[in-house]
Amino acid sequence: MSSTNRTAAETQALVTRSLARRYRAERRFRFYGLTAVLAGLVFVVFLFGTIFAQGLSVFQQSYVKIEVFYDPEIIDPAGTRNPDDLVTADYQALVRASLKARFPEIEGRRDLRELYGLVSSAASIELQQRITSDPSAIGTRETRWVLADDTVDMLIKGRVARNAPEDERRLSDQQVNWIAALERDGALALRFNRAFFSNGDSRDPEQAGVRGALIGSLLTLFITLVLSFPIGVGAAVYLEEFAPRNRLTDIIEVNINNLAAVPSIVFGLLGLAMFIGFFGLPRSAPLVGGFVLTLLTLPTIIIASRAALKAVPPSIREAALGMGASRLQMVAHHVLPLAVPGMLTGAIIGMARALGESAPLLMIGMVAFIVEVPQGVFDPATALPVQVFLWSDLPERGFIERTSGAIIVLLLFLLVMNATAVLLRNKFEKRW
Amino acid sequence: MTPSILIISLLLLSFIAYQLGKARSLTVVGGARGIRNLHSLPGHYGLLTALWCGLPALLVVLVWLAVQDQVLIALISAQLPPEVRSLGSDQFVLFLNDLRNVVAGNIPASQVSPATAAAAAEYLRLQGVARLALTALAFALGIVAMLVVRGRIRADLRARNSVERVLEGLLFLCSLVAVLTTIGIILSVVFEATRFFGIVPAQEFLFGTKWSPQMAIRADQVGSSGAFGAVPLFAGTLLISAIAMLVAVPIGLFSAIYLAEYAPSKVRSVVKPLLEVLAGVPTVVYGFFAVTTVGPLLRTAGESMGLSVAGESALAAGLVMGIMIIPFVSSLADDMITAVPQSLRDGAYALGATRSETIKQVVLRAALPGIVGGVLLAISRAIGETMIVVMAAGLAANLTANPLEAVTTVTVQIVTLLVGDQEFDSPKTLAAFALGLVLFIVTLVLNVIALYVVRKYREQYE
Amino acid sequence: MNDAPKTTIGTITVAEPVFSCRNVDVYYGDKHAIKNVNIDIGRKQVLAMIGPSGCGKSTFLRCLNRMNDTIVGARVEGNITLDGQDIHDKQQDVVQLRARVGMVFQKPNPFPKSIYENVAYGPRIHGLAANRGELDEIVNQSLRRAGLWEEVKDRLNQPGTSLSGGQQQRLCIARTIAVNPEVILMDEPCSALDPIATARIEDLIDELRESYAICIVTHSMQQAARVSQRTAYFHLGDLVEVGDTNLIFTNPQAKLTEDYITGRFG
Repeated sequence: MSSTNRTAAETQALVTRSLARRYRAERRFRFYGLTAVLAGLVFVVFLFGTIFAQGLSVFQQSYVKIEVFYDPEIIDPAGTRNPDDLVTADYQALVRASLKARFPEIEGRRDLRELYGLVSSAASIELQQRITSDPSAIGTRETRWVLADDTVDMLIKGRVARNAPEDERRLSDQQVNWIAALERDGALALRFNRAFFSNGDSRDPEQAGVRGALIGSLLTLFITLVLSFPIGVGAAVYLEEFAPRNRLTDIIEVNINNLAAVPSIVFGLLGLAMFIGFFGLPRSAPLVGGFVLTLLTLPTIIIASRAALKAVPPSIREAALGMGASRLQMVAHHVLPLAVPGMLTGAIIGMARALGESAPLLMIGMVAFIVEVPQGVFDPATALPVQVFLWSDLPERGFIERTSGAIIVLLLFLLVMNATAVLLRNKFEKRW
Repeated sequence: MTPSILIISLLLLSFIAYQLGKARSLTVVGGARGIRNLHSLPGHYGLLTALWCGLPALLVVLVWLAVQDQVLIALISAQLPPEVRSLGSDQFVLFLNDLRNVVAGNIPASQVSPATAAAAAEYLRLQGVARLALTALAFALGIVAMLVVRGRIRADLRARNSVERVLEGLLFLCSLVAVLTTIGIILSVVFEATRFFGIVPAQEFLFGTKWSPQMAIRADQVGSSGAFGAVPLFAGTLLISAIAMLVAVPIGLFSAIYLAEYAPSKVRSVVKPLLEVLAGVPTVVYGFFAVTTVGPLLRTAGESMGLSVAGESALAAGLVMGIMIIPFVSSLADDMITAVPQSLRDGAYALGATRSETIKQVVLRAALPGIVGGVLLAISRAIGETMIVVMAAGLAANLTANPLEAVTTVTVQIVTLLVGDQEFDSPKTLAAFALGLVLFIVTLVLNVIALYVVRKYREQYE
Repeated sequence: MNDAPKTTIGTITVAEPVFSCRNVDVYYGDKHAIKNVNIDIGRKQVLAMIGPSGCGKSTFLRCLNRMNDTIVGARVEGNITLDGQDIHDKQQDVVQLRARVGMVFQKPNPFPKSIYENVAYGPRIHGLAANRGELDEIVNQSLRRAGLWEEVKDRLNQPGTSLSGGQQQRLCIARTIAVNPEVILMDEPCSALDPIATARIEDLIDELRESYAICIVTHSMQQAARVSQRTAYFHLGDLVEVGDTNLIFTNPQAKLTEDYITGRFG
């Protein structure tokens, strides 16, 4: 039988014979696709699931209720109310005294030390601030909720099992019993975690907060936005509306596209060598961070802005020019207003990328342990993602929770920014 | 005046100049009724005056601020006491460091040597003088320019054209920033890398197989110890990138195919953004995920199979990096697949091809150049990715192909060498720039090829 | 315009039809694109479908090999039989249907493969060649029958897109006949071609009529008159008139047909 002179029926038979095999291949292929999609979704769920499982509890923190007596003998034995003396007084003794009063049966230095260890060292700082801001409280009694130690917090949140063998947890059996006693009294409970949002970094997990990093990030982003948006829009306007088609503009175009794909760490090297090494700007400063992130986000903003300008139909340009407007007037009065929503969307997406960026900030030293909340763009600061990086390296269990908590805060910011961008786009997107 | 106040005052002065210029143009033609006799709008005359008043003065201020530190240090170095000038270059850098810290107020002058304190005082004095001179100069420039321009305003002065030329020039400068950035990158990386290659020969760096920069603290060990052979770093980078691509390319490609060709549009509109969420997650989050979740998971899994998995295995870092790159590959592949014209699909269907036959042999075949370009871009990203590997890959420069062992990468070493206390000018610090140079060149070449391929592909179907 | 379907004028039946279509309606979403069409398609003859743009002739053509399946929102109702078998029947496999009913499109759409691979693609996927020799023979024969062999025999490995437009369209025809179909559907196959290339395709259609039933949608009345034995005139989704090509062009029965043919609209 020749393959070219088959009858229709013969051909049909051959086709029919191939069908089973081909449909098997079809199902297999489809299955691969579905598996890939499911794998992707599983990764999404798994990633967010673990982060939220580890981090959501950060919004609550264990606090201990203590009856504190602002003993004049301890705070100000001389009775002068000299502010310098008030600052340096032994507030820790006040905390200890109130704990001792709650557990009068505990004796011996070792046991007492274990008892005092239940409360964070932040407690005495809190009392100090209370007294220095209002010395008239001296001599009075007061009930206060103070931060518990992070080991206690981990126990309360169930991150460390209470019935685990003593040598596998950082709390002793008797400490666990005291904790239980405090809980029965309602004197140890989870409350909203103020410290996490009002403190800077700390070596103690229970005192460590994201405020410093958050302010650092906002300062850096502010510099980035102020520089990259005008420059990006200016560059886009020039390239789209004014640039002659020549060698130089070709080079600029290719350059921008390539720059968008240069690894971010290389921008960090540039920042280190140029801004810090050559221009002598301070290390760890949000100003320099903002400069570096500006260069990093510029390509994104330029590309988005050019797309927004391209979307404005030529008829509008022609109408403006036909009225006798100059090119600049045409751009400023007619094209830009129509392109602004698209440009803003691009800018927000660029800012979101800048907010999540950490590698270049490591290079310029925004990675130091900084307790104070930065006050300006020249102060040493760190940024939210860098804070995540710093905390993730620390061994205490409490820091795993802090890290995940900081990530959740970071993701919330990113979510808000991206949602804004999407809304903006949907609201103003015009089809011409 | 401090620089920021000076700049704000200059802006105020320009505003005044604007008002003056505008008012002058109206006076020239005899009030608002004469506006039609003016060549340009009154605002243009105002702008012209303001630009002339503000721009040159601001330029002078900015240029001075950029070079001030260098100039002052040079001036002070010239008049330092001989015992300071005879210091070795390392010591001298320390001296300058102290000096800067005192000037910035980070260290009280009482805590440093008298020579440093004196130099710092001199620095501050010179800075004061310079500021005074700068303020005077800037204001003089601004005011003179303002008055000259104001005096030259006539009805037929083509103010709009001049203003627009200047503004266009400013726009052009904006677009030049991108080029300047590239030049800046090249200059800073190449400059420091050249100094590094002056200490360690390039071929030793590129082909040496032993990397231990810590040993190079003592000057006599440099070069002779072979501590700067970067091959283990290149190998580690490639290993982790390869693992990442093994995860990202099949999953990204197949999910793009499924979503573009099989999934009902409702499923697509929900699943696609969900997958793209992965692209918006900061890399530091992936790093944390790799360290706290994937690493331990692999370790336990390995133990149950009798394998020893390093705590910071290449596998964990590569896997997580792959997850990060999935949306990148899938959205690029999606673009390329949807760019394939429907007529090609119709041609295949009309011959009786099944859906998968059409996709495999026609659609993917047509989209291949675009997909290859996208994968190249993804590889470039994997190579340049920093945070995941810094957190999840090790520091040990092992030369191995075993994904269960710890390896280190180029980016990890750059970060390690440059974070924390650094001695400038030590080969250890400079090595980071040499690594940066390699990283820049490799990713640049990949990007150029990829962007070219993708552009050619897009043009084909436009 | 009245939306109710009109009765077709002329003879809709032929002896021993290959396709037999009864009460066919097509909807795109809410749009009623084809209204109650009844027509038979005969063996070894060319049926031309003419009519103004948007009249539904292409839509109807795509019903015959179920290409409308690939369009989201398209719905086909009615009864279409191929050799007495309902093509919408659950038993009927769409892959097999398309192997029996080939199609050539308006714009030449060679695959991004070599000339050889373009023609070999159909036989390959359907398993029509047992070995390389048979495949070579099928490709050779198909290219010959499409009148392309002499032009491409020395460059079978070059990409199909390197050919001229007319050659590309003949390559697409070769690709279609390589599967050995019973019917070939052609959707304005010459609209993207110059007159000389068009003439070659028309000659080819005339030769292919010896072996296949051919259904051609065309914009050009001259082309319909030249290549077809029967002609169907569509208007706004209605099949207005069908009959011998000679009769339709010399003595149209319906007013609409006459207006179209005499050039009053179209």
